[in-house]
Amino acid sequence: MTSVRLLVGTKKGAFILTSDGKRARWKVDGPHFAGYEMYHLKGSPVDPNRIYASQCSGWFGQLMQRSDDGGKTWTAVDNKFTYDGVPGTHQWYDGTPHPWEFKRVWHLEPSLTDPDTVYAGIEDAAMFRTTDGGTSWHELSGLRGHGSGSKWAPGAGGMGLHTILIDPTNHQRIFIAISAAGAFRTDDGGTTWKPINKGLNSLYIPDPTAEVGHCVHRIAMHPSRPNTLFMQKHWDVLRTDDGGENWHEISGNLPTDFGFPIDVHAHEPETVYVVPIKSDAEHFPLDGKLQVYRSRTGGNEWEALTKGLPQKDCYVNVLREAMDVDTMDECGVYFGTTGGQVYASADSGDSWKAIVHDLPAVLSVEVQTLA
Amino acid sequence: MIRIELPSPLRLLAGVSGEVQLDLAGPVTQRSVVDAIELRYPMLRGAIRDHVTKQRRPFLRFYACGEDLSHESIDAPLPDAVAKGTEPYLVIGSIAGG
Repeated sequence: MTSVRLLVGTKKGAFILTSDGKRARWKVDGPHFAGYEMYHLKGSPVDPNRIYASQCSGWFGQLMQRSDDGGKTWTAVDNKFTYDGVPGTHQWYDGTPHPWEFKRVWHLEPSLTDPDTVYAGIEDAAMFRTTDGGTSWHELSGLRGHGSGSKWAPGAGGMGLHTILIDPTNHQRIFIAISAAGAFRTDDGGTTWKPINKGLNSLYIPDPTAEVGHCVHRIAMHPSRPNTLFMQKHWDVLRTDDGGENWHEISGNLPTDFGFPIDVHAHEPETVYVVPIKSDAEHFPLDGKLQVYRSRTGGNEWEALTKGLPQKDCYVNVLREAMDVDTMDECGVYFGTTGGQVYASADSGDSWKAIVHDLPAVLSVEVQTLA
Repeated sequence: MIRIELPSPLRLLAGVSGEVQLDLAGPVTQRSVVDAIELRYPMLRGAIRDHVTKQRRPFLRFYACGEDLSHESIDAPLPDAVAKGTEPYLVIGSIAGG
């Protein structure tokens, strides 16, 4: 029987939430790694019980974990992320050169075909890969070395590589995004990279249409249309239909186009979800009303989804990694908040229910649809 | 035999309870003690000190015999009482964060 498993990373541990296909009753398991910041957990598409997790602590730094039994038990794997060669410098907040320094792993993206191969997006922004199940990590240094790396600067939350999307039709093609450098693409499996930010207009940088320097918050792809990407930028929601060569804005009637997550319906490639947030200074929903917005037209025309979500006195945020969808016949949509709620919709967003109310602040939500 | 007290998150990570006891050949220094910890418990590599620079993690402290040794040279000999195992070497997760 089909079931759904949510891997939830929080500021103080990881939780695993499971339900049958009805998605009405949920079992909560955790905390795993209690007390640690769990930036991201993600399972292998080819072996869902193989799960990788990024475990961080201000005291003990970066730790990496791997499970081979769906999160029941864990083994610490290699946590050494050493930049390739002489790391060099990027731009600091004050414009001065600043040495590249490893801080943490923001995102883990297992290979679509090999459970031992995983890509890791780290802060300070770089891409690493393991091909031995986490026993060792090696930088794909062509990204930092492609030429603009010395101009990248951190956003307020750090200079993290937070999005990795592998083209399911061509595994050599990978899209990534960095705050606050922008989006990049490789067509040769990570050896060489190019910035793909044409069409982005960021009024908060000296040259609003610069090749790099844009604060991209998240990119999403539907696997059936790998050339179409949807982007939630610091401000603006955008899309591209040519693999990132050109972007155009699709914010349309959104009440605010600031936000963090963006995702695509599992079966409808033109159905997109965002969570509008008031502003970059006020990281909470407009008017205290938590609303997911859905477009069924690939952008521009958006509808508010509110049924079951708090519509007064709600001042939580939804972080970039904290939304995902399942692949059940009726697509389930899930998101976690900084207030510790995880909301689930079993009807494509029409209605919502909180699975849990009182977790620590949610950093990431990943969904596994299990056969 | 050297006695080492780890903070509870590191004991959990290493899968140990209580004090850790290690035999050490050669000079007993902070470097050699942490080397020995990492050799016995490889999952702690990077959690006490940086992989490359070997610098102590900023929010950890090293105490022994009522003294804070965190800022001492990592190659300086540790007190005899630590070397003889009559006093433990303490790895402390400092109180931080507000």
